[in-house]
Amino acid sequence: MATVDACEVEVVYEGVDRLVRALEACSLTVEDGEPVAIIGPSGCGKSTLLLAMAGLVRPTDGDVLVGGETVSGPRLRTALILQDFGLLPWKTVFHNAALGLEVRGVSPAQRAERAGAALERVGLTDFCGAYPGELSGGMRQRLALARALALDADLLLMDEPLSALDALTREDLQGLLLDIWRQRQHTAILVTHSIEEAVFLGRRVVVLTPRPGRVAAIVENPGMGAEGYRSTPEFYERCDQLRRLLAAEGAFGETALTGVEAS
Amino acid sequence: MRRLLGYLGAIVALLVGWWLLSVAVGSPALPGPAPAISDFVRLWGSDLMPQLFESGWRVVASMTIGVALGAPLGLLIGRSPRLDAVAAPLVFLTYPIPKIVFLPVLLVLLGIGNAPKIALITIIVLFQILVTARDAARGIPVASVLSVRSLGATRGQVFRHVVVPAALPDIFTALRIGTGTAIAVLFFSETVAGTSGLGYYILDAWGRIAYSEMFAGIIAMALLGVVLYELLEMAEARVCRWTRVGR
Ligand SMILES: Nc1ncnc2c1ncn2[C@@H]1O[C@H](COP(=O)(O)OP(=O)(O)OP(=O)(O)O)[C@@H](O)[C@H]1O
Ligand SMILES: [Mg+2]
Repeated sequence: MATVDACEVEVVYEGVDRLVRALEACSLTVEDGEPVAIIGPSGCGKSTLLLAMAGLVRPTDGDVLVGGETVSGPRLRTALILQDFGLLPWKTVFHNAALGLEVRGVSPAQRAERAGAALERVGLTDFCGAYPGELSGGMRQRLALARALALDADLLLMDEPLSALDALTREDLQGLLLDIWRQRQHTAILVTHSIEEAVFLGRRVVVLTPRPGRVAAIVENPGMGAEGYRSTPEFYERCDQLRRLLAAEGAFGETALTGVEAS
Repeated sequence: MRRLLGYLGAIVALLVGWWLLSVAVGSPALPGPAPAISDFVRLWGSDLMPQLFESGWRVVASMTIGVALGAPLGLLIGRSPRLDAVAAPLVFLTYPIPKIVFLPVLLVLLGIGNAPKIALITIIVLFQILVTARDAARGIPVASVLSVRSLGATRGQVFRHVVVPAALPDIFTALRIGTGTAIAVLFFSETVAGTSGLGYYILDAWGRIAYSEMFAGIIAMALLGVVLYELLEMAEARVCRWTRVGR
């Protein structure tokens, strides 16, 4: 069970010479097996929220619960895919995919089997011995996904995983993400800058306010996952609704400079 | 193969330059390449090779100790802000001091054998590698560390999978630069004290006004540098395979 509960989460960063309040009283509940997309103005704390859910940033106030337990560090079945993939350039494709298993002390035979299966699922079997530097952007993204799959994660946290890709590759991988979710039914939280991507991959779409980030609105998107959803009127309607909500949060105007305090 | 040809070309160019210079200077202190090379061949088995091995093992031993101590220490300091707060000022205060001035002290404390020479080179190389390793460890992308930590890696595992490999190319660069420094310091310390090594040999030939023998010694010194350099290059190519991607 991987429900996610953020209760009144506040994160204040100690910057070089000032305090930055990235999140303030941010509350969000995600059901087990639910795919949720998070969208918001740049710098509003989306990555921070994800890192708090992954147990890599400790909230200065409030709590994050995963599966009913307070998160105090990395959790065994949570997988995190970062903005720039977080791959290790000095390890081969296979080693990158198997890294999570190695770190968790899984036997080499098991590692080979599970990482091999995950790489096959994302279509990278032929590149096992290559280094990430030899892969295209889309392939690197597939590799990051394979690493998460090899862990058999029940909670998949993704921070703008597709933002560096061209439109075609991006759509292709959105399809792959959807397929994999359909098949595994894991809890998925996707941070994205793309309205279409949020509507395509989120059963609910969470809109955050400018920094300090709080939940501004949640858009229900029950049609998500339906065949050919991308070309239905409902899809366009949701996108439009989101665009208006984001405009109201000032996502398209000058970036708000609130939340910066002198220290 | 291309590399070998490159070396061949460079050697020819150097020899021609040397020959022209010796003709232009026209002093017995700068003999042409021909007598130096003939002395090099004549003295290789009896004098030069043993001295080269003597000097070589001093440099290799110093650099091994220097990297074995300096690299881990530098990485630790670079990854721990608390340790860095204590160690960095200490390093920055002592780093610019030319360590070579401590040779007399080391000679008094350690005698005139191998110990003071190895100690001096070790200290110098150690500092260079420590400073490089520290900076390399500080410059590691946050995403690399976070992604491995999110997998549940312990501090030790983060070191093994991220910090050490990320810093390795920089450490090799420091070692290559260190090779030059190490040989220079070796020469100096061998000329100051002791009766063995290429430094001593070169100075001794100079004292005997045997200039072509002196240059045979200098060629041996250059050979030592090239061999060490190439060994490092080979080691790096093996250990840091990913850096050759896209080249
Ligand atoms: N390690 C840090 N130290 C200090 N401040 C930080 C740190 N990480 C993030 N911040 C600040 O916290 C705020 C939120 O950052 P965060 O990365 O969560 O935003 P984001 O919503 O993911 O932005 P983007 O959409 O541009 O990726 C930003 O103002 C940023 O400057
Ligand atoms: Mg972000």
